[in-house]
Amino acid sequence: MERLFLFIYQYRSFFTFLVFQIICVWLLVQNNQYQGAKFFNSANGLAATINNTSQNFRDFLSLRETNQRLSEENAYLKRKLEQRNQSLYTLNVREINDPVLINRFDFLSARVINNSVHQFKNHLTLNKGKKDGITPGMAVISADGIVGKVKVVSDNFSVVTSLLNIDVLTSVQLKRTSHFGTVQWDGANTENVNLLYVPRHVQPQVGDTVVTSGYNSIYPDGLMVGTIDKVDLKDEALFYDLRVKLSQDFRKLSYVAVVKSNLREEQDELEQLIDEK
Amino acid sequence: MSFNIIKVISFFFLLLVQVLLFKNVVLFHTAFCFIYLLYLLTFPVETNPLILMAIAFAMGLGIDIFYDSVGLHAMSSVFMVYLRGYWLNRITPQGGYDRNSMPTLAVNGVQWFIVYALPLVFVHHLVLFFVEAGGAMYFWFTLFKVVMSTLFTLAALVIAQLLFSR
Repeated sequence: MERLFLFIYQYRSFFTFLVFQIICVWLLVQNNQYQGAKFFNSANGLAATINNTSQNFRDFLSLRETNQRLSEENAYLKRKLEQRNQSLYTLNVREINDPVLINRFDFLSARVINNSVHQFKNHLTLNKGKKDGITPGMAVISADGIVGKVKVVSDNFSVVTSLLNIDVLTSVQLKRTSHFGTVQWDGANTENVNLLYVPRHVQPQVGDTVVTSGYNSIYPDGLMVGTIDKVDLKDEALFYDLRVKLSQDFRKLSYVAVVKSNLREEQDELEQLIDEK
Repeated sequence: MSFNIIKVISFFFLLLVQVLLFKNVVLFHTAFCFIYLLYLLTFPVETNPLILMAIAFAMGLGIDIFYDSVGLHAMSSVFMVYLRGYWLNRITPQGGYDRNSMPTLAVNGVQWFIVYALPLVFVHHLVLFFVEAGGAMYFWFTLFKVVMSTLFTLAALVIAQLLFSR
């Protein structure tokens, strides 16, 4: 026994090193799972407050641009609303009056207070949290396209897994041909993602619009992701190598909307019922 | 005593400088600057390695909170600090280190500091980027990132010490 203690004491530096590394690996594994370590992220009070203050300064510099973008989005939405109203009027389509269906999706505006694009696994921090009704798993979108998925929430802040994360796979659809595929980031360029699993018989073209499909449980369907930038088909390959240019510039995120799907629980429950049988 | 207070203040100072300023400084999407290593590299030569590892762990975890990468910086910092002891023994100058000697540029000169810091920074970045990438899936791109970031960080370490050495 004494010799064991002596041995450990002799190599105490190595054993301390080992203990620290094991703790780190444990933290890393925890964090990679769906809802990871609760405390050690930028949603915790102190870190988020510091980021918030820092973002306040940066916001001031980009105020003009942000304003312009928001007003452009407003104009776009007003035009869309008017078009929708007009089409309903002329076609004499019965409007849906069921409030449950009308309010199926709720949008919550939030400000980005911390954002990274240069790592392999990027995250954003938003200034809204549990108190505003945000829960993990909600979709985050912006005026230009999809942004990510809420990962962890604290009382007043939330951390979002960005689309620019090599672990994130998103189900998408080619708008023109209605074929499905999967979007994944390759860690290299912040402006592009790869579109995988589009089979040979499809004929995608440069410029085709890529939108979210209804198959994923996170995003509402039909949201803009980007446009096809490069089409490549190797001789023996089963699938195309497609590159999508993102419609959202992730370096310039300032305001985003968190999508609250009010019927999601109902859908999940129903689908679970089928799985059990 | 005053020495310790300075160390405590510079811990938080370098942490904040890293997460508020240098987090946004990334050249060409490949070259990162992790200036907080200055804090771990300039501890006196005779510092107890156990204490130093604990400090490296705390520093790494602090950085991780802001980078949303819990465990990653802590892991690579502890790794680097562990190797630091062995590396300092290997490159002992003629006649050994003075008592309370600090492995800084001001004490030992530019050449010695680069020889001292380059491999340590490289190892830190190697662990950092490859663990972050989750393996060797993007091997060459990750290696490129490691090399560029090592050069950038090392340049920043040298410049910071030339500017602020006492």
